[in-house]
Amino acid sequence: MAMDTKEFIARRVALELNDGDVVNLGIGLPTKVANYLPEGVDITLQSENGFLGIGPVTEPDPALVNAGGQPCGIVTGGATFDSAFSFALIRGGHVDACVLGGLQVDQDANLANWMVPGKMVPGMGGAMDLVVGSKKVIVAMEHCAKDGSPKVMRQCTLPLTAVHCVSVLVTELALFEFIDGKLTLKELAPGVELDQVRAKTEAEFAVCGELKTMQVA
Amino acid sequence: MKSKLMDLNDSVRYFRDGMSIMFGGFMGVGTPPLLIQAVLDSGVKDLTVIGNDTGFPENSVGPLIVNKRVKKVIASHIGTNPETGRQMIAGELEVELVPQGTLAERVRCGGAGLGGFLTPTGIGTVVAEGKQEIPVDGRKYLLEMPLRADIALVHASRSDTVGNLQYRLSTRNFNPLIALAADVVLAQADEVVETGEMDPDCVMTPAALVDGVVKG
Repeated sequence: MAMDTKEFIARRVALELNDGDVVNLGIGLPTKVANYLPEGVDITLQSENGFLGIGPVTEPDPALVNAGGQPCGIVTGGATFDSAFSFALIRGGHVDACVLGGLQVDQDANLANWMVPGKMVPGMGGAMDLVVGSKKVIVAMEHCAKDGSPKVMRQCTLPLTAVHCVSVLVTELALFEFIDGKLTLKELAPGVELDQVRAKTEAEFAVCGELKTMQVA
Repeated sequence: MKSKLMDLNDSVRYFRDGMSIMFGGFMGVGTPPLLIQAVLDSGVKDLTVIGNDTGFPENSVGPLIVNKRVKKVIASHIGTNPETGRQMIAGELEVELVPQGTLAERVRCGGAGLGGFLTPTGIGTVVAEGKQEIPVDGRKYLLEMPLRADIALVHASRSDTVGNLQYRLSTRNFNPLIALAADVVLAQADEVVETGEMDPDCVMTPAALVDGVVKG
């Protein structure tokens, strides 16, 4: 595969978004998703620090940063607001989809992605609100941790971001959906066998009758 | 209406040991650097600071933390200022981490005379510990309490002389919320215009809430 793992995941996630969606992209890999939207899919990016319509930087303006604190642009037709309004949009169901990274996802659709006790305690920022309020929660992450340990678990061992919140999980090996609350394998990456996914997944999962090969944008 | 323009040095009379300070801003964007510097220069300590994040060691409220003026932080994110985490782990600083939407709404409630609110955010997580869970129409919610402070430090892009404020682009964030939720509100404004030059429809924080404006 010529493209790297993260690019592959981002390109697959891009196909999950629909024309007209209001979308919040997390920092890191999720941000890349915006680069790979298919032709004809026009989405509005929400920035939880207070605006709709994140765009590329045209003229750097110190008054305009994205939720990662990085300089960004605002598209024609964008709108700004305060933090209470921003999270009313998020919790109130006005955001169609959010894309976040994950440390662990478990078979009950629970997500852990904000802290590792004793190691990483940055704070949850807007993540807890985003996964509770967005209509569709897409977790984009590598299938296993750097040391090879599973990240798709029977039960998350790290502190949770929220319970029963994940809609879709995209990794470099597979795409899973939670269907009626059950973790269901729907797609395998090109060249990946079901047994490989089973070996690298701790969670119990169902296998969709029409297992497909992952396509990417 | 009287002019609220004041000299930065006059802000010092509002600062005292042990007070709670709300500050606007998101990673420093929308945080008033001159007012934070004035707090630092005044020498006050044992502060409680309330805002979205603790910025970086050199900006936002970072310098107050680096210089050990803060005893408690209430914020949604501390990851960009390693000194906050270091002091927290060393037991020198109390940190209350609050989901960003919950923090904004707690401040909004504090400023709006409300006794709290119910949010689904945090259910089933450490955020729920010690809090009341209340079901509404079959869904669980957490009861979250209002937040107020002794003083709010806001950063406006533009003010008129009586203190009507506007915020540009992503600098608005927590600023209009904290301007309702503190006993004293001081603003740093990038630009000050004559009263009457600002369209009333474009005022984001009305002058009646603002006690003093520092230009800079």
